[in-house]
Amino acid sequence: MYDVAVIGAGVVGAAIARELAVRGADVVLVDAEDDVGNATSKANTAILHTGFDAKPGTLESRLVARGHTLLSAYARRAGIPLEPLGALLVAWDDEQLAALPGLREKAEHNGYRSARVIGASEVRAREPHVGAHALGALEVPDEGIVCPWTPTLAFVTEAKRHGATVLLSTRVRGAEPRADHVELATTAGGVRAREVVNAAGLGSDTVHRMFGHATFTVTPRRGQLIVFDKLARRLINHVILPVPTAMGKGVLVAPTVYGNVMLGPTAENLDDKRATESTEEGLAQLRAKGAHIIPELLGEEVTTIYAGLRAATEHDDYQVSFHPDQHYTCVGGIRSTGLTSGMAIAEHVAAQLGQRHGLDLGEAPAPDGLPEPPRMPPIGQAQSRPYQQPERIAADPSYGQVVCFCERVSRGEIRDALCSDLPPATADGLRRRTRAGMGRCQGFFCGAAVRRLLDDGPDAPLTAEVDQ
Amino acid sequence: MNDTTDVAIVGGGPSGLAAAIALRNAGVARVSVVDRESAMGGIPRHCAHPGYGIRDLHRVLSGPGYARHYVQAARRAGVHLRTESTVTGWAPGAGLGLEVTSPGGREVLHADAVLLASGARERNRSARWVPGDRGAGVYTTGQLQQEVYFYRRPIGRRALVVGAEHVSYSAVATLRHAGVSVVGLVTELSRQQSYAVFHLGAAAAFGVRPMTGVRVRALHGKPRLSGVELERLDDGRRVVVDCDTVVFTGDWIADNELARLHDGIDVASAALGPVVDTSGATSMPGVFAAGNLCHPVEQADIAALSGRHAGQAVARWLVERDTRVAQAGVPIETDASLEWVHPGRVRSTGDLPARGRFILRPNRFAAFTALRVTQGERTLWHGRGRRLTPTRPTLIPAGWLRAVDLNGPALRIGVGD
Repeated sequence: MYDVAVIGAGVVGAAIARELAVRGADVVLVDAEDDVGNATSKANTAILHTGFDAKPGTLESRLVARGHTLLSAYARRAGIPLEPLGALLVAWDDEQLAALPGLREKAEHNGYRSARVIGASEVRAREPHVGAHALGALEVPDEGIVCPWTPTLAFVTEAKRHGATVLLSTRVRGAEPRADHVELATTAGGVRAREVVNAAGLGSDTVHRMFGHATFTVTPRRGQLIVFDKLARRLINHVILPVPTAMGKGVLVAPTVYGNVMLGPTAENLDDKRATESTEEGLAQLRAKGAHIIPELLGEEVTTIYAGLRAATEHDDYQVSFHPDQHYTCVGGIRSTGLTSGMAIAEHVAAQLGQRHGLDLGEAPAPDGLPEPPRMPPIGQAQSRPYQQPERIAADPSYGQVVCFCERVSRGEIRDALCSDLPPATADGLRRRTRAGMGRCQGFFCGAAVRRLLDDGPDAPLTAEVDQ
Repeated sequence: MNDTTDVAIVGGGPSGLAAAIALRNAGVARVSVVDRESAMGGIPRHCAHPGYGIRDLHRVLSGPGYARHYVQAARRAGVHLRTESTVTGWAPGAGLGLEVTSPGGREVLHADAVLLASGARERNRSARWVPGDRGAGVYTTGQLQQEVYFYRRPIGRRALVVGAEHVSYSAVATLRHAGVSVVGLVTELSRQQSYAVFHLGAAAAFGVRPMTGVRVRALHGKPRLSGVELERLDDGRRVVVDCDTVVFTGDWIADNELARLHDGIDVASAALGPVVDTSGATSMPGVFAAGNLCHPVEQADIAALSGRHAGQAVARWLVERDTRVAQAGVPIETDASLEWVHPGRVRSTGDLPARGRFILRPNRFAAFTALRVTQGERTLWHGRGRRLTPTRPTLIPAGWLRAVDLNGPALRIGVGD
C-alpha cells in the first residue's frame, strides 16, 4: 500500500509527487502516457508568470505568485533553464492604451507592485523591431520564460530518488474509496493507496467523476504555436504580451529558452481531448498577428509548429478540493499557469493533506535544509552547454561529438538521457531531454543518427558511409 | 586550444573538397576542411544512385563513389580533413577565427581566409507551414536516405512524395529500394521539373506520375501518419491520400547560419546564402562562399565546379590581398520572373564566374524566352530562346562583364527582347 497515489505526471502531478516524496511519503505516480509531461505540460507557451493579470482573490492568483518564487529558486538549484526577461504588455490602439492603468491596478491587487506603464518611445527603444502601431505598454519586469519540460523531469527524478514509484502507460479506469484507503483500478492492475491526488489535467474531470463529483467539466482549449528559427532571436528582448481578453491571455511573441522565438497561442474551445493538430485557420490567424507585432518575424524560417490543449473549465479558478472522507484530493482545471504554480500547488496540497487528511508528513524543510535537487542537463541557450566546455570534453570526448548539429547536442548528452533515472521512450521524449532533433533541420541532417542511438543504444556506431 | 591555417573551409561536401584541392594545387600550404559529419563527402554519401561526376570528372559515378573520389583526391592533395568538427560561430577579436567543437576539444581555428561551403537543406513540413497532426512517418529526402542507406530502417508501406524536381525522383528510388510503394508525387507547379528520363523512368518502372497543380494542405494521423490532405489549385477540390509516409523533397534553403551570424557578410534576400561576387568573395574581406550555400541547389558536379572556382580565387586573393584595392562593385537585381541570380554582385570586370556562366533561378515555366542584362539605360547582353523552369538553372554567358561600369547603377537581369 502506497501512502499517496498521484494520478497524472504532468508538471502539477510531478510537483506534488516530488513534494510528498521529499517529505517522506511513499508515493506512486500514475500516467496514461508513455512519458511524464506528455500532454498539456509539453505543449504550452513556457512563460514564467508573475500572476499580475490573474483574477484577484483567487487561489490561482495566490499560487502563481508563490510558485514564481519557488520555481525560480528551484530552477537555480536544479539547473532548469529560466530567463527572467521581463514582459511588455503592448497596447496597439487607444482602447488598449486606456486599459493599461487598470491592468497595473489589477496587478497591485494581486500583490504585484513592480508593473509600470511606459510610453511608445520607450517601447520602441527597448523593442526596436516591434510593429509601428505600438502606443505604449505595461512593463512587467518579473515575467520570464522557463523550459516547459525540465521542471517536470526534475520533479519526477527527485521524487524517484526519494523512493517514488512511476507507472507510465497506465490508465486509471476506476476508483473505490474504502474506509482507510482507495482502490484504484488501472490498465496495469490494482493500485492501493491511503490517499489519491487527482492531477489528471485534461482528464481531471473524468477522474473527479470516478469519485462521484461533477463540479466541473474540462473543455480542452487548443493553443497552436509557431516556433521560429534562432536567427529570429535578435528581433525581441522581452516577452511581448497583448492586452488579455475573455478567451485568455491572447497571442504573444516570446523568446524560448532554447533561443528561438515563439508566436501563439490560439485559443479554441474544443470537445476532443486528443485534437492536438494545427490548422490552416489557426496558422493564418497567428501569421496575421505576428506580422502586426513583429513584422520582420515572418521573414524568418519556421522551425516547428505544434498545438497543445489547456485544461480549461467553466470556472475562473483552479478546481482544488479536498475530500478527507474519500481520501481524495482534486487538483483540476489548471491552465497555462500550472508550469509556474506547480510547486506552490504541491506545497498547498501537502499542507492540506497533513492538516485535513491526517497524512503523516515530515515538516516542510527550509530550502537550505533540503537535499540538493538533481542537477538537470543544461539545455538552455543561456546556460553553458557541454559543447562549449573544454574541460568537460577533455574528460569525456563524447561531449565534443556533436550529433544534432542545429542544437549542438552531443552523443554524451544523448547517452546521459538514455541512461538517466527517467529514460525517454520515444524520439520526442529524447528531444525534450536533450534538444536533439528540435532544431531548424528537423532531422534532415541528424534524424537518422539520433534514431539510431535511441533504437540501438548510445554506443551504437554511426555509419560513416554507405557500405558497398 | 587554438590552431592556425591558411584557409579554413567549412563543409566537406563536393564544393568544399573541390575548393580545398584547388587551393593545394595552387600551392597554398595549409588548407583545412572542417566537417561536422563523421565522414567527409556531404550529401552524395547517401544518394545511392548514379549520375554524379559528369561535368567535373567526366565520368559517371554513384553518390557514395563520387564522395569517395573527392575525399581520396583531397587526401592525396594534402588537405587537412577534420571530421566530427562542428563550427559553432565566429571567434571574437581581430582576424578570422572559427569556434570549433570536436571530440578533441573546443578550439578557435584562425585562418587568413575562410570559405563557407555548408550547402543547403530541404524545408521540412513546418518550414512549409503545413498544418495537421505530428505523427511519425514524415521525412525529408536527406533523412529518408540516411535511414535507408546508412541504417537500413523500415520506413513504411505507402508513401507520398511532395515535389517533382530532381531530388524528388531520388526519393522515389530510395523508397522503392526500401520496399515502400509510392502512391504519387505532387507539386504545386503546373509541370514536373526534372529530366524527362527520370520522370518517364519513374512512370515506367514504378508507375509513379506527378500530380501537378496540387498543394499539401494538412497531414492527418497520430501516432503514425494516416493520410495527406491535398487541394487542387484550379478548382479547390480536396482529397485525402491514404498513406503512412510522406517525403518533403526539394524546396532547399541555404544552411546559412554562419553567414547570418557575421555582421560583415551580406546575405541574399531570395537565395538566402551569402552574396558573392564572380570570384566567390563575400562582402567580408577574406570570407568566400561556394556551392549550394550560394545557389540552393544545383547538382553536385556544379557545386564542385563552384568550389573549384572559388578555391582558385581564394589562392589568388592570398597573394594579392595587400596590393589589390577592394571595389564595392554593383549588385545584380532580377525581375519578377526570376527568384535569384548567382553570383549576385560584380566587383571586377575581369573575373568570370564559375564555368563562365551566371546561374538564374526562374520562378515560372517559359520556353523560347528572351533575357536581357541592363545597367541603367544600357543593354549589356541579350539572348533569345532561353528555357525557364522553376527549381532548375537557366544559364547565361558572362562576356558582358567587360562592359559593366563598376561605379554605375545596379545591374538588372530579366525577361525582355
